Amino acid sequence: MSIDIDTARKVAHLARIAVDEADLPALAGELSQILTFMEQLNEVDVEGVEPMTSVTPMRLKRRDDVVTDGGYQDQILSNAPDAREGFFAVPKVVE
Amino acid sequence: MSDLNNLTIAEARDKLRAGDTTAVELTEACLSAIDAADALGAFVHKTPEIALERAKAADARIQAGDAPAMCGIPVGIKDLFCTKGVASQAASGILEGFKPEYESTVSQKLADDGAVMLGKLNMDEFAMGSSNETSVYGNAVNPWRRGNDDAALTPGGSSGGSASAVAADLCLAATGTDTGGSIRQPAAFTGIVGLKPTYGRCSRWGIVAFASSLDQAGPMTKTVRDAAIMGTAMMGHDPKDSTSADLPVPDFEAMLTGDIKGKKIGIPAEYRMDGMPEEIEKLWHDGAEMLKDAGAEIVDITLPHTKYALPAYYVVAPAEASSNLARYDGVRYGHRAKLAQGDGIVQMYEKTRAEGFGPEVKRRVMIGTYVLSAGFYDAYYNRARKVRALIKKDFEDVFAAGVDAILTPATPSAAFGLGEMADADPVQMYLNDVFTVTVNLAGLPGISVPAGLDKQGLPLGLQLIGRPWEEGDLLNTAYALEAAAGFVSKPVKWW
Repeated sequence: MSIDIDTARKVAHLARIAVDEADLPALAGELSQILTFMEQLNEVDVEGVEPMTSVTPMRLKRRDDVVTDGGYQDQILSNAPDAREGFFAVPKVVE
Repeated sequence: MSDLNNLTIAEARDKLRAGDTTAVELTEACLSAIDAADALGAFVHKTPEIALERAKAADARIQAGDAPAMCGIPVGIKDLFCTKGVASQAASGILEGFKPEYESTVSQKLADDGAVMLGKLNMDEFAMGSSNETSVYGNAVNPWRRGNDDAALTPGGSSGGSASAVAADLCLAATGTDTGGSIRQPAAFTGIVGLKPTYGRCSRWGIVAFASSLDQAGPMTKTVRDAAIMGTAMMGHDPKDSTSADLPVPDFEAMLTGDIKGKKIGIPAEYRMDGMPEEIEKLWHDGAEMLKDAGAEIVDITLPHTKYALPAYYVVAPAEASSNLARYDGVRYGHRAKLAQGDGIVQMYEKTRAEGFGPEVKRRVMIGTYVLSAGFYDAYYNRARKVRALIKKDFEDVFAAGVDAILTPATPSAAFGLGEMADADPVQMYLNDVFTVTVNLAGLPGISVPAGLDKQGLPLGLQLIGRPWEEGDLLNTAYALEAAAGFVSKPVKWW
Protein backbone atom coordinates (compact mmCIF):
# COMPACT_ATOMS: atom_id res chain seq x y z
CA MET A 1 0.00 0.00 0.00
CA SER A 2 1.54 3.29 -0.91
CA ILE A 3 0.48 6.62 0.50
CA ASP A 4 0.11 9.54 -1.87
CA ILE A 5 0.60 13.17 -1.03
CA ASP A 6 -3.10 13.84 -0.48
CA THR A 7 -3.34 10.97 1.99
CA ALA A 8 -0.22 12.18 3.80
CA ARG A 9 -1.78 15.65 4.09
CA LYS A 10 -4.99 14.15 5.43
CA VAL A 11 -3.20 11.96 7.98
CA ALA A 12 -1.12 14.90 9.21
CA HIS A 13 -4.29 16.91 9.71
CA LEU A 14 -6.04 14.04 11.52
CA ALA A 15 -3.00 13.81 13.80
CA ARG A 16 -3.10 17.60 14.27
CA ILE A 17 0.50 18.03 13.19
CA ALA A 18 1.30 20.88 10.81
CA VAL A 19 3.43 19.68 7.87
CA ASP A 20 4.76 22.05 5.20
CA GLU A 21 3.57 21.28 1.65
CA ALA A 22 7.22 20.90 0.64
CA ASP A 23 7.72 18.12 3.21
CA LEU A 24 4.69 16.06 2.19
CA PRO A 25 6.36 13.97 -0.56
CA ALA A 26 9.12 12.79 1.80
CA LEU A 27 6.56 12.06 4.51
CA ALA A 28 4.42 10.08 2.08
CA GLY A 29 7.49 8.05 1.12
CA GLU A 30 8.41 7.23 4.71
CA LEU A 31 4.89 6.28 5.66
CA SER A 32 4.64 4.05 2.59
CA GLN A 33 7.87 2.29 3.53
CA ILE A 34 6.57 1.53 7.01
CA LEU A 35 3.21 0.34 5.68
CA THR A 36 4.93 -1.94 3.19
CA PHE A 37 6.77 -3.50 6.12
CA MET A 38 3.42 -4.05 7.86
CA GLU A 39 1.95 -5.78 4.79
CA GLN A 40 3.75 -8.96 5.93
CA LEU A 41 0.87 -9.41 8.35
CA ASN A 42 -1.32 -10.33 5.37
CA GLU A 43 0.59 -13.63 5.10
CA VAL A 44 -0.76 -14.82 8.46
CA ASP A 45 -3.90 -16.95 8.62
CA VAL A 46 -5.99 -15.17 11.26
CA GLU A 47 -9.24 -16.96 10.48
CA GLY A 48 -11.22 -17.42 13.69
CA VAL A 49 -8.64 -15.63 15.87
CA GLU A 50 -10.00 -13.11 18.37
CA PRO A 51 -8.10 -9.80 18.43
CA MET A 52 -6.22 -9.46 21.70
CA THR A 53 -7.81 -7.02 24.12
CA SER A 54 -5.74 -7.73 27.22
CA VAL A 55 -2.33 -9.36 27.40
CA THR A 56 -2.89 -10.82 30.88
CA PRO A 57 -6.04 -12.86 31.54
CA MET A 58 -7.01 -10.66 34.46
CA ARG A 59 -10.34 -9.05 35.09
CA LEU A 60 -9.93 -5.31 35.52
CA LYS A 61 -10.49 -4.18 39.09
CA ARG A 62 -13.64 -2.33 39.97
CA ARG A 63 -14.21 0.14 42.74
CA ASP A 64 -17.12 2.05 44.15
CA ASP A 65 -18.16 4.95 41.93
CA VAL A 66 -17.34 7.68 44.41
CA VAL A 67 -15.08 10.73 44.41
CA THR A 68 -11.74 9.75 45.96
CA ASP A 69 -9.53 12.53 44.74
CA GLY A 70 -9.55 16.14 43.63
CA GLY A 71 -9.88 19.65 44.99
CA TYR A 72 -6.54 21.05 43.85
CA GLN A 73 -7.24 23.45 41.05
CA ASP A 74 -3.99 25.37 41.57
CA GLN A 75 -1.87 22.26 41.10
CA ILE A 76 -3.80 21.25 37.98
CA LEU A 77 -3.25 24.68 36.45
CA SER A 78 0.34 25.12 37.60
CA ASN A 79 1.87 23.81 34.35
CA ALA A 80 -0.58 25.44 31.94
CA PRO A 81 0.91 27.66 29.21
CA ASP A 82 -1.98 30.05 29.76
CA ALA A 83 -4.31 29.95 32.78
CA ARG A 84 -6.68 32.70 33.77
CA GLU A 85 -9.10 33.02 36.67
CA GLY A 86 -8.90 29.35 37.51
CA PHE A 87 -9.35 28.12 33.92
CA PHE A 88 -7.19 26.93 31.04
CA ALA A 89 -7.17 29.66 28.40
CA VAL A 90 -7.23 28.88 24.66
CA PRO A 91 -7.77 30.90 21.47
CA LYS A 92 -11.34 31.77 20.69
CA VAL A 93 -13.26 28.60 19.71
CA VAL A 94 -16.69 30.01 18.86
CA GLU A 95 -17.15 33.08 16.67
CA MET B 1 38.81 0.76 49.03
CA SER B 2 37.44 1.18 45.54
CA ASP B 3 35.34 4.18 44.62
CA LEU B 4 31.96 3.95 46.27
CA ASN B 5 30.08 4.67 43.04
CA ASN B 6 31.49 1.42 41.59
CA LEU B 7 29.64 -0.68 44.15
CA THR B 8 26.68 -2.91 43.39
CA ILE B 9 23.44 -2.42 45.31
CA ALA B 10 24.09 -5.58 47.35
CA GLU B 11 27.63 -4.50 48.27
CA ALA B 12 26.52 -0.98 49.19
CA ARG B 13 23.62 -2.28 51.28
CA ASP B 14 25.94 -4.55 53.23
CA LYS B 15 28.47 -1.75 53.82
CA LEU B 16 25.74 0.64 54.89
CA ARG B 17 24.31 -1.85 57.35
CA ALA B 18 27.77 -2.67 58.70
CA GLY B 19 28.48 1.03 59.19
CA ASP B 20 31.45 0.91 56.77
CA THR B 21 30.08 3.82 54.77
CA THR B 22 27.15 6.21 54.77
CA ALA B 23 24.44 7.04 52.26
CA VAL B 24 25.81 10.60 52.15
CA GLU B 25 29.30 9.35 51.21
CA LEU B 26 27.84 7.04 48.57
CA THR B 27 25.72 9.84 47.17
CA GLU B 28 28.62 12.31 47.09
CA ALA B 29 30.75 9.77 45.21
CA CYS B 30 28.00 9.39 42.60
CA LEU B 31 27.40 13.14 42.32
CA SER B 32 31.13 13.70 41.64
CA ALA B 33 31.12 10.92 39.05
CA ILE B 34 28.07 12.49 37.39
CA ASP B 35 29.64 15.94 37.28
CA ALA B 36 32.73 14.48 35.61
CA ALA B 37 30.69 12.62 33.00
CA ASP B 38 28.80 15.28 31.07
CA ALA B 39 30.39 13.86 27.90
CA LEU B 40 28.15 10.80 28.30
CA GLY B 41 24.97 12.87 28.15
CA ALA B 42 23.35 10.46 30.60
CA PHE B 43 22.02 12.74 33.34
CA VAL B 44 19.87 15.49 31.83
CA HIS B 45 18.43 16.95 35.04
CA LYS B 46 20.66 16.68 38.11
CA THR B 47 19.06 16.82 41.54
CA PRO B 48 21.96 17.01 44.03
CA GLU B 49 19.95 18.83 46.73
CA ILE B 50 17.19 16.22 46.71
CA ALA B 51 19.83 13.48 46.67
CA LEU B 52 21.71 14.76 49.71
CA GLU B 53 18.53 15.40 51.64
CA ARG B 54 17.32 11.85 50.97
CA ALA B 55 20.75 10.43 51.76
CA LYS B 56 20.72 12.09 55.17
CA ALA B 57 17.26 10.71 55.87
CA ALA B 58 18.45 7.27 54.74
CA ASP B 59 21.42 7.39 57.09
CA ALA B 60 19.12 8.17 59.99
CA ARG B 61 16.92 5.26 59.03
CA ILE B 62 19.85 2.86 58.69
CA GLN B 63 21.11 3.91 62.11
CA ALA B 64 17.69 3.27 63.57
CA GLY B 65 17.94 -0.26 62.21
CA ASP B 66 14.82 0.03 60.05
CA ALA B 67 16.25 -0.01 56.55
CA PRO B 68 14.90 -1.83 53.48
CA ALA B 69 17.53 -3.07 51.00
CA MET B 70 17.25 0.01 48.77
CA CYS B 71 17.70 2.45 51.67
CA GLY B 72 20.53 4.86 50.93
CA ILE B 73 21.16 3.45 47.43
CA PRO B 74 21.78 6.23 44.86
CA VAL B 75 19.81 5.63 41.66
CA GLY B 76 19.01 7.47 38.45
CA ILE B 77 15.45 7.84 37.18
CA LYS B 78 14.57 7.73 33.50
CA ASP B 79 13.05 11.02 32.30
CA LEU B 80 9.83 9.15 31.45
CA PHE B 81 8.92 8.90 35.15
CA CYS B 82 7.06 11.87 36.62
CA THR B 83 8.96 13.14 39.64
CA LYS B 84 7.34 15.76 41.83
CA GLY B 85 8.76 19.23 41.34
CA VAL B 86 11.53 17.93 39.05
CA ALA B 87 11.51 18.35 35.27
CA SER B 88 9.95 15.29 33.60
CA GLN B 89 10.01 15.72 29.85
CA ALA B 90 10.14 12.26 28.30
CA ALA B 91 13.07 13.83 26.38
CA SER B 92 10.55 15.81 24.34
CA GLY B 93 10.38 19.48 23.47
CA ILE B 94 6.64 19.38 23.93
CA LEU B 95 7.06 18.87 27.69
CA GLU B 96 9.61 21.69 28.01
CA GLY B 97 9.30 23.19 31.48
CA PHE B 98 6.86 20.56 32.77
CA LYS B 99 7.29 19.93 36.49
CA PRO B 100 4.75 17.38 37.73
CA GLU B 101 2.79 18.02 40.90
CA TYR B 102 2.91 14.30 41.63
CA GLU B 103 5.31 11.35 41.77
CA SER B 104 5.06 8.15 39.72
CA THR B 105 4.18 5.08 41.77
CA VAL B 106 7.44 3.29 40.92
CA SER B 107 9.70 6.21 41.84
CA GLN B 108 7.60 6.76 44.97
CA LYS B 109 8.03 3.12 45.99
CA LEU B 110 11.79 3.47 45.58
CA ALA B 111 11.74 6.70 47.60
CA ASP B 112 9.62 5.04 50.29
CA ASP B 113 12.29 2.37 50.63
CA GLY B 114 14.89 5.10 51.09
CA ALA B 115 16.50 5.06 47.63
CA VAL B 116 18.29 8.30 46.73
CA MET B 117 17.35 9.98 43.42
CA LEU B 118 20.42 11.54 41.77
CA GLY B 119 18.58 13.01 38.79
CA LYS B 120 16.78 12.27 35.55
CA LEU B 121 18.23 10.21 32.75
CA ASN B 122 18.35 10.70 29.00
CA MET B 123 16.22 8.57 26.66
CA ASP B 124 14.68 8.55 23.21
CA GLU B 125 11.80 11.01 22.86
CA PHE B 126 8.69 9.40 24.38
CA ALA B 127 10.72 6.16 24.46
CA MET B 128 10.49 5.91 20.67
CA GLY B 129 13.87 4.81 19.43
CA SER B 130 16.62 2.25 19.76
CA SER B 131 19.70 4.50 19.89
CA ASN B 132 18.87 7.47 22.14
CA GLU B 133 19.28 9.71 19.08
CA THR B 134 15.72 11.07 19.11
CA SER B 135 16.15 12.89 22.44
CA VAL B 136 15.57 16.65 22.67
CA TYR B 137 18.58 16.76 25.02
CA GLY B 138 20.96 15.32 22.42
CA ASN B 139 22.54 11.87 22.36
CA ALA B 140 23.43 9.76 25.33
CA VAL B 141 26.80 8.10 24.66
CA ASN B 142 27.94 4.56 25.39
CA PRO B 143 30.90 4.44 27.81
CA TRP B 144 32.19 1.48 25.75
CA ARG B 145 34.28 2.05 22.61
CA ARG B 146 35.55 -0.25 19.88
CA GLY B 147 39.16 -1.11 20.71
CA ASN B 148 41.21 2.05 20.33
CA ASP B 149 38.69 3.70 18.03
CA ASP B 150 37.27 6.80 19.68
CA ALA B 151 34.07 6.92 17.60
CA ALA B 152 31.07 7.57 19.85
CA LEU B 153 28.71 4.59 20.08
CA THR B 154 25.06 4.45 20.99
CA PRO B 155 24.15 3.11 24.43
CA GLY B 156 20.98 1.78 22.79
CA GLY B 157 17.49 2.98 23.46
CA SER B 158 15.16 4.01 24.56
CA SER B 159 16.63 3.76 28.09
CA GLY B 160 20.05 4.89 26.78
CA GLY B 161 20.83 7.35 29.57
CA SER B 162 19.97 4.72 32.18
CA ALA B 163 22.26 2.17 30.54
CA SER B 164 25.12 4.61 30.06
CA ALA B 165 24.89 5.85 33.66
CA VAL B 166 24.90 2.37 35.20
CA ALA B 167 27.67 1.06 32.94
CA ALA B 168 29.83 4.10 33.72
CA ASP B 169 29.23 3.77 37.49
CA LEU B 170 27.54 7.17 37.75
CA CYS B 171 24.87 5.52 39.89
CA LEU B 172 24.41 2.09 41.42
CA ALA B 173 21.30 1.35 39.36
CA ALA B 174 18.62 3.07 37.31
CA THR B 175 14.99 2.73 36.37
CA GLY B 176 14.13 1.96 32.77
CA THR B 177 10.98 1.26 30.79
CA ASP B 178 10.51 -1.30 28.05
CA THR B 179 7.83 -1.18 25.35
CA GLY B 180 9.62 -3.19 22.66
CA GLY B 181 13.07 -3.81 24.15
CA SER B 182 13.96 -0.43 25.66
CA ILE B 183 15.44 -1.93 28.84
CA ARG B 184 17.00 -5.10 27.42
CA GLN B 185 18.62 -3.73 24.25
CA PRO B 186 20.49 -0.85 25.98
CA ALA B 187 21.47 -3.21 28.82
CA ALA B 188 23.00 -5.57 26.23
CA PHE B 189 24.80 -2.69 24.46
CA THR B 190 26.43 -1.52 27.70
CA GLY B 191 27.25 -4.78 29.51
CA ILE B 192 24.68 -4.47 32.29
CA VAL B 193 21.58 -6.38 33.43
CA GLY B 194 18.10 -5.22 32.40
CA LEU B 195 14.85 -6.81 33.58
CA LYS B 196 11.46 -6.24 31.95
CA PRO B 197 8.88 -7.67 34.36
CA THR B 198 5.59 -9.32 33.41
CA TYR B 199 3.06 -6.78 32.13
CA GLY B 200 1.19 -5.56 35.20
CA ARG B 201 3.99 -6.11 37.74
CA CYS B 202 5.06 -2.45 37.93
CA SER B 203 2.44 0.24 38.12
CA ARG B 204 2.37 2.47 35.05
CA TRP B 205 0.86 5.33 37.03
CA GLY B 206 2.87 8.51 36.59
CA ILE B 207 5.01 7.08 33.80
CA VAL B 208 4.51 9.04 30.58
CA ALA B 209 2.53 6.65 28.38
CA PHE B 210 3.84 5.43 25.01
CA ALA B 211 1.91 2.22 24.21
CA SER B 212 -0.13 1.34 27.27
CA SER B 213 -0.65 -2.36 26.52
CA LEU B 214 3.11 -2.88 26.12
CA ASP B 215 4.84 -0.41 28.49
CA GLN B 216 6.47 -1.84 31.56
CA ALA B 217 9.04 -0.39 33.97
CA GLY B 218 11.97 -2.36 35.33
CA PRO B 219 15.41 -2.17 36.93
CA MET B 220 18.72 -1.68 35.09
CA THR B 221 21.57 -2.84 37.29
CA LYS B 222 25.15 -4.09 37.40
CA THR B 223 24.24 -7.63 38.48
CA VAL B 224 21.34 -10.07 38.49
CA ARG B 225 21.26 -9.92 42.29
CA ASP B 226 20.78 -6.16 42.09
CA ALA B 227 17.95 -6.60 39.57
CA ALA B 228 16.29 -8.94 42.08
CA ILE B 229 16.68 -6.44 44.93
CA MET B 230 15.55 -3.40 42.97
CA GLY B 231 12.82 -5.34 41.17
CA THR B 232 11.26 -6.36 44.47
CA ALA B 233 11.19 -2.68 45.49
CA MET B 234 9.65 -1.45 42.21
CA MET B 235 6.89 -4.01 41.73
CA GLY B 236 3.55 -4.38 43.46
CA HIS B 237 -0.14 -3.69 43.12
CA ASP B 238 -1.31 -0.11 42.70
CA PRO B 239 -5.01 0.82 42.75
CA LYS B 240 -4.13 3.82 40.55
CA ASP B 241 -3.28 1.54 37.59
CA SER B 242 -6.21 -0.67 36.59
CA THR B 243 -3.86 -3.08 34.79
CA SER B 244 -1.59 -3.47 37.81
CA ALA B 245 -1.58 -7.06 39.07
CA ASP B 246 -2.91 -7.73 42.55
CA LEU B 247 -0.40 -10.46 43.27
CA PRO B 248 2.16 -10.71 46.05
CA VAL B 249 5.74 -9.81 45.06
CA PRO B 250 8.17 -12.35 46.48
CA ASP B 251 11.63 -11.52 47.81
CA PHE B 252 13.41 -12.25 44.52
CA GLU B 253 16.86 -12.08 46.07
CA ALA B 254 16.00 -14.95 48.40
CA MET B 255 15.15 -17.04 45.32
CA LEU B 256 18.68 -16.77 43.87
CA THR B 257 20.08 -20.20 44.62
CA GLY B 258 21.88 -20.69 41.32
CA ASP B 259 20.43 -24.19 41.22
CA ILE B 260 18.79 -24.79 37.84
CA LYS B 261 19.09 -28.57 37.76
CA GLY B 262 16.31 -30.13 35.71
CA LYS B 263 15.07 -26.80 34.33
CA LYS B 264 13.99 -26.96 30.72
CA ILE B 265 15.49 -24.19 28.58
CA GLY B 266 14.02 -23.71 25.11
CA ILE B 267 16.06 -22.60 22.09
CA PRO B 268 13.66 -21.16 19.48
CA ALA B 269 14.54 -22.02 15.89
CA GLU B 270 12.95 -18.82 14.53
CA TYR B 271 15.45 -16.59 16.35
CA ARG B 272 18.24 -17.87 14.11
CA MET B 273 18.14 -15.02 11.60
CA ASP B 274 19.72 -14.85 8.19
CA GLY B 275 22.83 -12.73 8.30
CA MET B 276 23.17 -12.91 12.07
CA PRO B 277 26.79 -12.17 13.02
CA GLU B 278 28.77 -15.30 13.80
CA GLU B 279 29.75 -13.90 17.18
CA ILE B 280 26.12 -13.61 18.26
CA GLU B 281 25.43 -17.14 17.05
CA LYS B 282 28.42 -18.41 19.04
CA LEU B 283 27.44 -16.47 22.15
CA TRP B 284 23.99 -18.00 21.99
CA HIS B 285 25.41 -21.50 21.57
CA ASP B 286 27.88 -20.95 24.43
CA GLY B 287 25.08 -19.66 26.65
CA ALA B 288 23.07 -22.81 26.05
CA GLU B 289 26.14 -24.93 26.87
CA MET B 290 26.65 -23.01 30.12
CA LEU B 291 23.07 -23.62 31.21
CA LYS B 292 23.43 -27.29 30.27
CA ASP B 293 26.62 -27.59 32.32
CA ALA B 294 24.69 -26.06 35.23
CA GLY B 295 22.23 -28.94 35.01
CA ALA B 296 19.50 -27.57 32.76
CA GLU B 297 18.00 -29.53 29.92
CA ILE B 298 18.26 -27.75 26.56
CA VAL B 299 15.37 -28.36 24.16
CA ASP B 300 14.70 -27.11 20.65
CA ILE B 301 11.41 -25.25 20.43
CA THR B 302 9.45 -23.44 17.78
CA LEU B 303 7.68 -20.07 18.03
CA PRO B 304 6.18 -20.02 14.52
CA HIS B 305 4.83 -16.46 14.45
CA THR B 306 8.08 -14.76 15.52
CA LYS B 307 8.61 -13.26 12.08
CA TYR B 308 5.40 -11.27 12.38
CA ALA B 309 6.15 -9.77 15.78
CA LEU B 310 7.90 -6.66 14.48
CA PRO B 311 5.25 -5.68 11.92
CA ALA B 312 2.51 -6.37 14.50
CA TYR B 313 4.37 -4.25 17.03
CA TYR B 314 4.77 -1.40 14.57
CA VAL B 315 1.01 -1.31 14.11
CA VAL B 316 -0.05 -1.74 17.75
CA ALA B 317 2.52 0.55 19.38
CA PRO B 318 2.03 3.57 17.07
CA ALA B 319 -1.76 3.12 17.25
CA GLU B 320 -1.67 3.34 21.03
CA ALA B 321 0.90 6.15 20.88
CA SER B 322 -1.25 8.24 18.55
CA SER B 323 -4.04 7.99 21.09
CA ASN B 324 -1.85 8.56 24.17
CA LEU B 325 0.00 11.50 22.65
CA ALA B 326 -3.22 13.27 21.70
CA ARG B 327 -3.04 14.85 25.16
CA TYR B 328 -0.12 17.09 24.08
CA ASP B 329 -2.22 19.89 22.70
CA GLY B 330 -0.66 22.99 24.22
CA VAL B 331 -3.55 23.52 26.62
CA ARG B 332 -2.77 21.93 29.97
CA TYR B 333 1.03 21.62 30.16
CA GLY B 334 4.22 21.94 28.19
CA HIS B 335 4.89 23.85 25.02
CA ARG B 336 2.39 26.05 23.20
CA ALA B 337 3.29 27.53 19.81
CA LYS B 338 3.19 31.28 19.26
CA LEU B 339 0.15 31.98 17.16
CA ALA B 340 -0.28 34.30 14.19
CA GLN B 341 -3.06 36.82 13.88
CA GLY B 342 -6.32 35.01 13.24
CA ASP B 343 -5.08 31.54 14.23
CA GLY B 344 -7.76 29.46 15.92
CA ILE B 345 -7.58 26.45 18.18
CA VAL B 346 -6.87 23.98 15.35
CA GLN B 347 -3.82 26.00 14.27
CA MET B 348 -2.74 26.08 17.90
CA TYR B 349 -2.87 22.27 18.09
CA GLU B 350 -1.15 21.77 14.73
CA LYS B 351 1.64 24.28 15.27
CA THR B 352 2.23 23.23 18.88
CA ARG B 353 2.59 19.57 17.92
CA ALA B 354 4.71 20.35 14.85
CA GLU B 355 7.14 22.36 16.99
CA GLY B 356 7.08 20.14 20.06
CA PHE B 357 7.46 16.63 18.61
CA GLY B 358 10.59 15.34 16.91
CA PRO B 359 10.56 13.55 13.53
CA GLU B 360 10.34 9.95 14.82
CA VAL B 361 7.49 10.77 17.19
CA LYS B 362 5.60 12.57 14.42
CA ARG B 363 6.12 9.60 12.13
CA ARG B 364 4.75 7.13 14.67
CA VAL B 365 1.81 9.32 15.64
CA MET B 366 0.88 9.64 11.96
CA ILE B 367 1.28 5.91 11.28
CA GLY B 368 -0.87 5.22 14.31
CA THR B 369 -3.45 7.72 13.14
CA TYR B 370 -3.50 6.06 9.72
CA VAL B 371 -3.92 2.48 10.94
CA LEU B 372 -6.76 3.55 13.23
CA SER B 373 -8.52 5.65 10.62
CA ALA B 374 -11.82 4.68 9.04
CA GLY B 375 -11.38 2.01 6.38
CA PHE B 376 -8.00 0.80 7.63
CA TYR B 377 -8.81 -0.17 11.22
CA ASP B 378 -9.65 -3.77 10.32
CA ALA B 379 -6.93 -4.22 7.73
CA TYR B 380 -4.13 -3.06 10.01
CA TYR B 381 -5.04 -2.61 13.66
CA ASN B 382 -7.40 -5.54 14.12
CA ARG B 383 -5.22 -7.82 12.06
CA ALA B 384 -2.19 -6.87 14.17
CA ARG B 385 -4.14 -7.61 17.36
CA LYS B 386 -5.03 -11.04 15.99
CA VAL B 387 -1.41 -11.75 15.11
CA ARG B 388 -0.50 -10.61 18.60
CA ALA B 389 -2.87 -13.22 20.03
CA LEU B 390 -1.10 -15.88 17.91
CA ILE B 391 2.33 -14.73 19.10
CA LYS B 392 1.19 -15.03 22.70
CA LYS B 393 -0.22 -18.50 21.99
CA ASP B 394 3.16 -19.62 20.59
CA PHE B 395 4.67 -18.93 24.01
CA GLU B 396 1.76 -20.50 25.90
CA ASP B 397 2.17 -23.71 23.91
CA VAL B 398 5.87 -23.88 24.69
CA PHE B 399 5.35 -23.23 28.39
CA ALA B 400 2.52 -25.79 28.47
CA ALA B 401 5.00 -28.33 27.08
CA GLY B 402 7.11 -27.85 30.20
CA VAL B 403 9.66 -25.24 29.11
CA ASP B 404 10.75 -23.06 32.06
CA ALA B 405 12.64 -20.36 30.18
CA ILE B 406 13.71 -19.47 26.66
CA LEU B 407 17.25 -18.43 25.72
CA THR B 408 17.84 -16.03 22.80
CA PRO B 409 20.34 -13.34 21.83
CA ALA B 410 19.33 -9.95 23.25
CA THR B 411 20.22 -7.97 20.12
CA PRO B 412 21.16 -8.74 16.51
CA SER B 413 24.45 -6.80 16.85
CA ALA B 414 26.73 -5.03 19.32
CA ALA B 415 26.36 -1.27 19.87
CA PHE B 416 26.60 0.70 16.63
CA GLY B 417 28.01 4.15 16.06
CA LEU B 418 25.95 7.27 16.77
CA GLY B 419 24.85 8.66 13.42
CA GLU B 420 25.61 5.38 11.64
CA MET B 421 21.93 4.71 10.99
CA ALA B 422 21.13 8.28 9.95
CA ASP B 423 20.66 7.36 6.30
CA ALA B 424 18.87 4.08 6.95
CA ASP B 425 15.12 3.96 6.49
CA PRO B 426 13.05 3.82 9.71
CA VAL B 427 12.42 0.09 9.32
CA GLN B 428 16.17 -0.65 9.55
CA MET B 429 16.25 0.92 13.01
CA TYR B 430 13.17 -1.06 14.04
CA LEU B 431 15.09 -4.32 13.42
CA ASN B 432 17.02 -3.68 16.63
CA ASP B 433 13.96 -4.90 18.53
CA VAL B 434 13.65 -8.18 16.63
CA PHE B 435 14.53 -10.43 19.60
CA THR B 436 12.89 -8.39 22.33
CA VAL B 437 9.56 -7.23 20.94
CA THR B 438 7.85 -10.64 21.10
CA VAL B 439 8.15 -10.52 24.88
CA ASN B 440 6.20 -7.24 25.12
CA LEU B 441 3.53 -8.47 22.74
CA ALA B 442 3.05 -11.56 24.92
CA GLY B 443 3.32 -9.62 28.22
CA LEU B 444 6.11 -11.89 29.50
CA PRO B 445 9.09 -11.19 31.74
CA GLY B 446 12.47 -10.98 29.99
CA ILE B 447 15.99 -10.26 31.17
CA SER B 448 19.18 -9.33 29.36
CA VAL B 449 22.39 -10.63 30.90
CA PRO B 450 25.88 -9.58 29.73
CA ALA B 451 27.58 -12.71 28.43
CA GLY B 452 30.69 -11.77 26.49
CA LEU B 453 32.63 -9.34 24.32
CA ASP B 454 32.81 -9.21 20.54
CA LYS B 455 36.04 -8.98 18.53
CA GLN B 456 36.10 -5.22 18.96
CA GLY B 457 35.73 -5.46 22.70
CA LEU B 458 32.07 -4.50 22.89
CA PRO B 459 29.65 -6.24 25.27
CA LEU B 460 27.02 -8.68 24.01
CA GLY B 461 23.98 -9.85 25.91
CA LEU B 462 21.79 -12.92 26.07
CA GLN B 463 18.09 -12.77 26.78
CA LEU B 464 16.11 -15.16 28.95
CA ILE B 465 12.32 -15.14 28.66
CA GLY B 466 10.23 -16.54 31.51
CA ARG B 467 6.69 -17.60 32.35
CA PRO B 468 4.28 -14.85 33.37
CA TRP B 469 4.65 -13.75 37.04
CA GLU B 470 7.67 -16.03 37.51
CA GLU B 471 10.35 -13.34 37.65
CA GLY B 472 11.89 -15.15 40.63
CA ASP B 473 12.55 -18.31 38.65
CA LEU B 474 13.71 -16.26 35.65
CA LEU B 475 16.13 -14.25 37.79
CA ASN B 476 17.51 -17.47 39.25
CA THR B 477 18.21 -18.86 35.77
CA ALA B 478 19.79 -15.52 34.84
CA TYR B 479 21.87 -15.74 38.02
CA ALA B 480 23.20 -19.13 36.96
CA LEU B 481 23.96 -17.83 33.46
CA GLU B 482 25.70 -14.75 34.88
CA ALA B 483 27.87 -16.91 37.14
CA ALA B 484 28.82 -19.23 34.27
CA ALA B 485 29.52 -16.41 31.80
CA GLY B 486 31.67 -14.61 34.37
CA PHE B 487 31.34 -11.25 32.63
CA VAL B 488 33.43 -8.77 34.63
CA SER B 489 34.68 -6.36 31.95
CA LYS B 490 34.23 -2.64 32.42
CA PRO B 491 34.54 0.14 29.87
CA VAL B 492 37.90 1.94 29.89
CA LYS B 493 37.27 5.43 31.25
CA TRP B 494 37.70 8.14 28.58
CA TRP B 495 35.11 10.69 29.70
